[in-house]
Amino acid sequence: MSALTFTLTIQPNQRVDMSPLVCQALQQRELSEIAAMPLHCGKKTLRVDELFTISGSDSSHIIIKNSFNKLDFIGKNLAGGRITVEGDVGAYLGLGMLAGSISVVGNTGLYAGAEMKKGYLEINGNTGDFLGGALPGNKIGMKGGLILVKGDAGARVGDHLRRGMILIEGNTGDYCGSRMIAGTIAVMGTTGQHVGYAMRRGTLLLWNTPHISASFNDCGTHTLAFLPIIFKAFATLNSRFAESSTAFNRVQRYAGDMAEMGRGEILVKH
Amino acid sequence: MIINGVTIDATFAEAFPMKATRAIITAQNEKWALIAAQAMTGFATSVIACGCEAGIERCLTPEETPDGRPGVAVLIFAMGGKGLAKQLETRAGQCVLTSPTSALFAGIESDIKIPLGKNLRYFGDGFQIAKVIDQASLNPSLAQSSSTTKRYWRIPVMDGEFLTEATTGQVEAIGGGNFLVLATSQPQALAACEAAIDAMKKIPNVIMPFPGGVVRSGSKVGSKYKALNASTNDAFCPTLKGMTNTDLSADIESVMEIVIDGLTKTDIDLAMRVGIEAVCALGAQHGIKRISAGNYGGKLGPFHFHLQEIMA
Repeated sequence: MSALTFTLTIQPNQRVDMSPLVCQALQQRELSEIAAMPLHCGKKTLRVDELFTISGSDSSHIIIKNSFNKLDFIGKNLAGGRITVEGDVGAYLGLGMLAGSISVVGNTGLYAGAEMKKGYLEINGNTGDFLGGALPGNKIGMKGGLILVKGDAGARVGDHLRRGMILIEGNTGDYCGSRMIAGTIAVMGTTGQHVGYAMRRGTLLLWNTPHISASFNDCGTHTLAFLPIIFKAFATLNSRFAESSTAFNRVQRYAGDMAEMGRGEILVKH
Repeated sequence: MIINGVTIDATFAEAFPMKATRAIITAQNEKWALIAAQAMTGFATSVIACGCEAGIERCLTPEETPDGRPGVAVLIFAMGGKGLAKQLETRAGQCVLTSPTSALFAGIESDIKIPLGKNLRYFGDGFQIAKVIDQASLNPSLAQSSSTTKRYWRIPVMDGEFLTEATTGQVEAIGGGNFLVLATSQPQALAACEAAIDAMKKIPNVIMPFPGGVVRSGSKVGSKYKALNASTNDAFCPTLKGMTNTDLSADIESVMEIVIDGLTKTDIDLAMRVGIEAVCALGAQHGIKRISAGNYGGKLGPFHFHLQEIMA
């Protein structure tokens, strides 16, 4: 069986809510049924086949071709299976994702992986603000799973992150790891201002020394035994994180944010 | 059955179901991993009074350990899950947590989990840090596996951090496999047992929990003293040959026993076979006369290891 493929034929002016097109919702459905499913686009409701041509039949693997940056909510609450997106995507990619994997060839908008519970989210381009964060007003962001970004990320990476890992090969914007409750964020590139702002617990693992705010305290240089275990776990990834040359176990440790609970840490490669 | 002049008795070892777990201890080098492992498995020769039976299974290369350092695999056996969990936690806390540079990991997978560092974390007094690695997220092909999430605890200690996995697996196991070496002198009995232990240490999934793997004070069930559940196995005591219902011939001057705990019957079968082979290789010319085994008439333990079947 070939993957169920949606090829975008027109780029609407309004944003499209793609949340109905997830693997679990398309199981056991005929192509004609899928074609007739409603998608919200601005204030209009369109049939799927008004936007996409549909081919293939394996609903456990969905491919979205010709995607562009107004396709929102791709993979929302995905409960299993695989979604591959060729092109850019809009906001809320993988929002509340429960399991499975999503891979995006291009860039993504705001709130990618926000409040995801489990699964694997791979973004090969850049991503917007609030990666793995919490929706406005909510207090808990990503609760599990793994997000891999091969490009750069915007501001507020892992805002309110509760558990899980966010790996970024590129740079991040300001307030990386802000208000983290726990979890791990690793950044190979540079980070912006106010790293770990108001973080309670959790780990920021950085390859480059950031600007450390006054509310983080230097705990010295250490060789930490858990780092080789984490890097070993990355070995299966299609990423620079999997390369043994990127691994290290000696770090400068900063504890904070002392303006908050202060049980978090920024570990900088030494 | 006679092998190299050694008589293999037509009898069997009687063994019991136990619960077991494996833990992996790593350290800066093998010396310190072994020190921690020896401490953890100390005073664990018999469940009669130690609470568990434990031993070092084997040393592990850095490639075999979770954190890439030299390590040691230890097996711990107890009569029940609760007892096993208590012994594991106590020993981990007092012997591994305290040992310089050590780290502690689960060494066996099972749906039944028992705490390894799960409660030791409180030693961190609030400074402890959890790290969860979800293999299913890292490798979606593992998503259907029953156990893909591993939780580690980083506990700050004076030499740095003590890293421990939160839980390890508990599995069904067998304790009390055994055989007796009957020799014409004490040095010959000991030499034969040493040869057997050297061979048996190469077998995975088993331990020989007594000192050096050898027990010289095999026991029988019961005693003339009401307070005791077990007492000396007088039928195999050479100094009592003339005053008890002995099982020894006149030329036997020393008997030693090797007790084996294993994860499966097959593991114990194999360990007994290589052990008895090593003893028989010395043969009658080195004073080894008989191989026998301890049992309770087959009424107490459901696992029977028939010596002649094992050596067939």
